[in-house]
Amino acid sequence: MDCLSGVRIIDFTRYAAGPQITLLLAHMGAEVIKIETMMDLDHFRRQEAAVVWGSARASADCFNSLNANKMSITLNLKTSRGVELAKRLVRICDVVVDNFKAGVMDRLGLGYPVLREIKPDIIMLSASSHGAIGPESSYIAYAVTMGALSGASEVTGYEGGPPTILRSSADLRPGTAAAFAILAALNCRQDTGAGQFIDFSAREAISCGIGELIMDYTMNGRVRTRNGNRDDIMAPHNCYRCKGDDKWVSIAVGNNEEWKALCHAMDKPELATDERFADQFSRWKHQDQLDVLIEEWTIKHTHYEVMDILQKEGVAAVPAFNNEEVFNDPHCKDRECFVSVNHPEEGEMYVVSPPWKFSETPARVTSAAPLLGQHNEYVFGKLLGIPKDEISRLVAEKVLY
Amino acid sequence: MPKTALGGLKVLELCQLVAGPYCTKLLADLGAEIIKIETPGCGDPARNLPPFFHDEPDPEKSGLFLYLNTNKLGITLNVETATGQDIFKKMIEDIDVLVEDKAPGAMKQLGLDYASLKEINPSLIMASITPFGQTGTYRDYKAYHLNVFHGSGEGYLTPGGIENMDRPPLKVGNLVGEYDSGLNAAIAILGARYYQKRTGHGQYIDISKQESVMSLNRLDMPRWANEGEVITRAKLGVPYGGALPCKNGYTVFVTWEAEQWDKLVKFMGDPEWASDDKFKDYASRYRHGELVNALLTEWMVGHTKEELYHQGQAAGVPFAMVLTAKDLLESEHLKERGFFIQVDHPRTGEIDYPGVPYKFSKTPCHIERPAPLLGEHNEEFLVNRLGYPREELPRLGMAGVI
Repeated sequence: MDCLSGVRIIDFTRYAAGPQITLLLAHMGAEVIKIETMMDLDHFRRQEAAVVWGSARASADCFNSLNANKMSITLNLKTSRGVELAKRLVRICDVVVDNFKAGVMDRLGLGYPVLREIKPDIIMLSASSHGAIGPESSYIAYAVTMGALSGASEVTGYEGGPPTILRSSADLRPGTAAAFAILAALNCRQDTGAGQFIDFSAREAISCGIGELIMDYTMNGRVRTRNGNRDDIMAPHNCYRCKGDDKWVSIAVGNNEEWKALCHAMDKPELATDERFADQFSRWKHQDQLDVLIEEWTIKHTHYEVMDILQKEGVAAVPAFNNEEVFNDPHCKDRECFVSVNHPEEGEMYVVSPPWKFSETPARVTSAAPLLGQHNEYVFGKLLGIPKDEISRLVAEKVLY
Repeated sequence: MPKTALGGLKVLELCQLVAGPYCTKLLADLGAEIIKIETPGCGDPARNLPPFFHDEPDPEKSGLFLYLNTNKLGITLNVETATGQDIFKKMIEDIDVLVEDKAPGAMKQLGLDYASLKEINPSLIMASITPFGQTGTYRDYKAYHLNVFHGSGEGYLTPGGIENMDRPPLKVGNLVGEYDSGLNAAIAILGARYYQKRTGHGQYIDISKQESVMSLNRLDMPRWANEGEVITRAKLGVPYGGALPCKNGYTVFVTWEAEQWDKLVKFMGDPEWASDDKFKDYASRYRHGELVNALLTEWMVGHTKEELYHQGQAAGVPFAMVLTAKDLLESEHLKERGFFIQVDHPRTGEIDYPGVPYKFSKTPCHIERPAPLLGEHNEEFLVNRLGYPREELPRLGMAGVI
């Protein structure tokens, strides 16, 4: 038995933020039925996604990473029969998730008031970029633009340089927060029998992760901006160039003991007694000079060597790993950070493992992402009991499409 | 009807700084009861970190601590002392979840590992949050938030753009990876809680911060294994668009849908260059991304970020602007959503805190109390709940237990 065995989710989401929500729940054993349509394919299934991601295999890879463990059905919600079938599915499920722009589910006739009539204890989460209410609720957004609106782009980047647009993690962070909200609602329903609607705003979810910087404004009127890798208190606190092509190691020193250990490891005992670096305050003040001195040493070693040497001395040093290195890294191998699935079209493909190690109900990657409509027969035939010939008719009429 | 989503869930927190406290804050803001254990004397080190209210360094005025510990009860307890361990074990009897963030092996040394605690409370859920997890080559390695973030692979991709290749990889925000780890742990706890309620079984959960952040980059991380591609900062993350200068700051836009490009061209007043074959479809625009951005910038510098954002959105183009903390507080949209919540604290008065990104129709998030003062609930706990005689409190204090 898994954590969420027996929980069934109807998943209207596309792109990345929404699929991340249901992926996490699928990792914990929920049955996720992804509703797709030829009328409007998921971004990663489209031809232009191959352009953005480099190749058709790369976009299939992204889709696989976001949709492993799920089932796929095709359902054309532009037809009244399609909407009716969606409602029949809602009757036999526990959770409905969508990441359309606010209001779309209502216009489709699948808004919460309607679904609650069909299934009173339904949990529905609408994950839009700006939330269901508010003057900007009809605005369109993606990871890149949500990162900017959250305040996180403003505080990411080199000192004095331009703000940074955030990558797909700006979709997956909010997706993760939305999964948390659904789990809270599921627990609430387990205790009380009550379902509910959750209005989720992705840009707000990203803002929550810079809480202390926002508090600096609300408490002191101070507007924080970009500071590279630096910290308010610690120094040295940066990424340093190492031997090799584009190889870097992060080093952070939090107290005098670690500072002395770093000087010893670099074989620069004179720095340990240098008054410019005598305490944390002085080191912070002179960190530009400090960074130059440290890089003179790191450049002579590989990032792995720097980690080995410094960790032995009790100094926090970890390489800025790239995606090749994390895959081959001995620690990540020990922890089985990647698992492979057998994709029906692409063959063996690796995905990132679920990031929790449960002792009793291990989270699992059980299958590759589904092909479009792969589970039509199971869902419409077995779950809804629609006869085979009617399913064929629905396909011909472009309802299951 | 329930008032809170997680009412009745009892959690003990033996954590400090950001990840663990954020994990339990997420639970607390939805109604769980959190008992936060701090070290007698100094308390959670987050109390000594900025920003401070009015820049006054004071353990009761750290904005970081205040934000991360809303809705919790706070006690001081030294679990390194024998009496402290006894008290801790008594508390374990009556809770559902323990969250701790000590170095791997430290709880075992204290006799407070999962196997020992499970004997006291067989259905206990225990979650441990550490930089690299409880097992593996790096389990004992030291890592601050900067190291965890770069070890996860996201730093290497930040900030995107070929012009950054000679400069170091960067962290995102300030402590973002720590928040990610706390959120990730909270999800695991609620999964385990659902199972605990159905079966009566508890379990142990091992959370690695490195894996928490890595999993948010699941699109990029397997790409070497699957396609042989090492992804670097040279890639911007969007084919064109991104953060571009405008009249009064930066505008941000992206057009993932073909029709959005058409709408953008119309929004700009159909400039002649846009009809060039170089920009005819997605793939060609991608190939000429830098040129697209140069031409767009020429036009954008004549417009303010507000114009571009609101008028662009009205025209159906996904524009945004780079907002500062001040902009967030002044945003009419966020005001109408009630994203910021006023919290009254005895040492700072009322201050706006970021709220939560989810509005529950039946069990809204509610800030019942501000972060606890150091040891604020010692008496309530030891005397009222655990039954210690009141006169023993000074003795426990002098012995360094509380």
